[in-house]
Amino acid sequence: MSAEALFFWLLAVTTMGCAIAVVVTQNIVRAAVWLLFTLGGVAGLFFLLGADFVGATQIMVYVGGTLVLIVFGVMLTAQSPFVTMRAGAGEWGLTLVVGGVLVGLLAGVLFLSPWTGPQSDSAAPQSRSVALGSDPARSQTVRDLGLVLLGIREVHPNGSIPVPIRDADNNPQSVPRREIGYLLPFELASVHLVVVLVAAAYLARARRRTGSPSS
Amino acid sequence: MPLGDVSSLALLWALIKALILITFVLVSAIFFVWLERKVAGRIQDRLGPTRVGGKFGWLQTVADGLKLLVKEDLIPAHADRMLFRMGPYVALVGAFLAYMALPFGNQAVALEMNVAVFYMLAVLSTEVYGVILGGYGSGSKWALFGAMREAAQVVSYEVPRSLCVVIPILAAGTLNLNEIARQQVGGFWNWYVFHDPFTFVAFWVFFTVGTASCKRAPFDLAEAESELVAGFHTEYSGFRWLIFYMAEYGSMFSVSGIAVLLFLGGWHTGLLPFDLSDRLGLVGNIVNILVFVVKGWVLVFVMMWVRWTLPRLRIDQVMMTCLKYLLPLSCALLLGASVWPLVVNTLRIGWMY
Repeated sequence: MSAEALFFWLLAVTTMGCAIAVVVTQNIVRAAVWLLFTLGGVAGLFFLLGADFVGATQIMVYVGGTLVLIVFGVMLTAQSPFVTMRAGAGEWGLTLVVGGVLVGLLAGVLFLSPWTGPQSDSAAPQSRSVALGSDPARSQTVRDLGLVLLGIREVHPNGSIPVPIRDADNNPQSVPRREIGYLLPFELASVHLVVVLVAAAYLARARRRTGSPSS
Repeated sequence: MPLGDVSSLALLWALIKALILITFVLVSAIFFVWLERKVAGRIQDRLGPTRVGGKFGWLQTVADGLKLLVKEDLIPAHADRMLFRMGPYVALVGAFLAYMALPFGNQAVALEMNVAVFYMLAVLSTEVYGVILGGYGSGSKWALFGAMREAAQVVSYEVPRSLCVVIPILAAGTLNLNEIARQQVGGFWNWYVFHDPFTFVAFWVFFTVGTASCKRAPFDLAEAESELVAGFHTEYSGFRWLIFYMAEYGSMFSVSGIAVLLFLGGWHTGLLPFDLSDRLGLVGNIVNILVFVVKGWVLVFVMMWVRWTLPRLRIDQVMMTCLKYLLPLSCALLLGASVWPLVVNTLRIGWMY
């Protein structure tokens, strides 16, 4: 077994074990903690794939977001510590049916899809080594992401990674094709977040009590 | 690290790097505890430890560590045993993960990342989970209050910290910590703290926020002795308690390290016009590492100095400092730092014609 496979199985088994523990455990704070480890394991899988930015974002957004979940869990159970949540037989049945359907659907898609990735291309070894980002320092993740979000997207004929492919004489072999980037979705997301921020501040502001005798 | 075609040698090398970093974290924690006692002693006009190990009491921390190792490991009857046991380790892992992307010298980093700054910000904020798990799992009111204060404090202080980190990144144009430090080669006027007025103020704001995020006094409300016995680690004893302290001192150095890399020229002395590792190779890089570590220690020393000089804030004052002063200040700094290059370039062109 290669080291890559070893780390993959280690991470995958840990992630899945923790995910099952989220569902099975009856203490709300413990469930949040297991969710924390599940999301951390997914971040590890991203790092294993060489997707450094996605991995860091996974930690920042999902693992960081679990903090609020844990805090709410603690606040909900602070009155009577370690309160347990017992699910009834009907809830278990319904959950199993929904979960089973989802697993079946995903497994069907997984096994029925024709997986013709870069391996079937003629440029297979090249694009694979680039995709795995053999040197995380030399990879241009942030620069590419920034350009794409500003509306500049360069697409190469043999893959979406804008690394100039050069032949033996160091001449560029393929000319990148300019495509429409993601400036509009980026701006929409920004406006959306600002609206959410303003709304949260509005909801959380200290209201002056109206109608009470003192005011 | 991608392991597509990894050899056993590369795997061994990765293991050695991790071992060196763990050793560094633990040994520097021992050193910092001793330093903290000496600094506290001097500031309070006494000597601090003097006896253990002959001169200066330099073995005091080792003696304390041995004492803590043989102490009884208590778990309260009302504790959630799993979370209680897990807390210290989660805290230490969070503090240690940041070191993976922290360059000590040119290329002297366990894993040079393209998104190093982003990764460090993400990982540093996970240390709080250990505190919350420990505080909640203790099954004690003091510990729970301490943990909840810590959660509120960390969630608030994360915002100005991230905003302040963005300001030198605007000047540098990269998230790669190694590159950012490389750009500050030469005299100390090339350091990003002196790049423009906004980065100068941003350094002080970042250092304040960093002190708060390490839960150091005057922001150590999570373990305020006068109000909460000892806060989140009230119920901890022996080795688990020691691990919490190692995590705290580890994150102090990593926050100082980020400040040094982003603002204070990284491993450059600020006097030589070239990077030592370019001229002298390995020897130069060792000197670089020493310079970086000393710079980090100086910032850690300032944190201790502040701790033993200033009185502790109240929890409402801590939150007000963050949300009413530091957050608007860092927003204004970010805006100013974005506009600064435009203004400077416009003036320069106007002056030329």
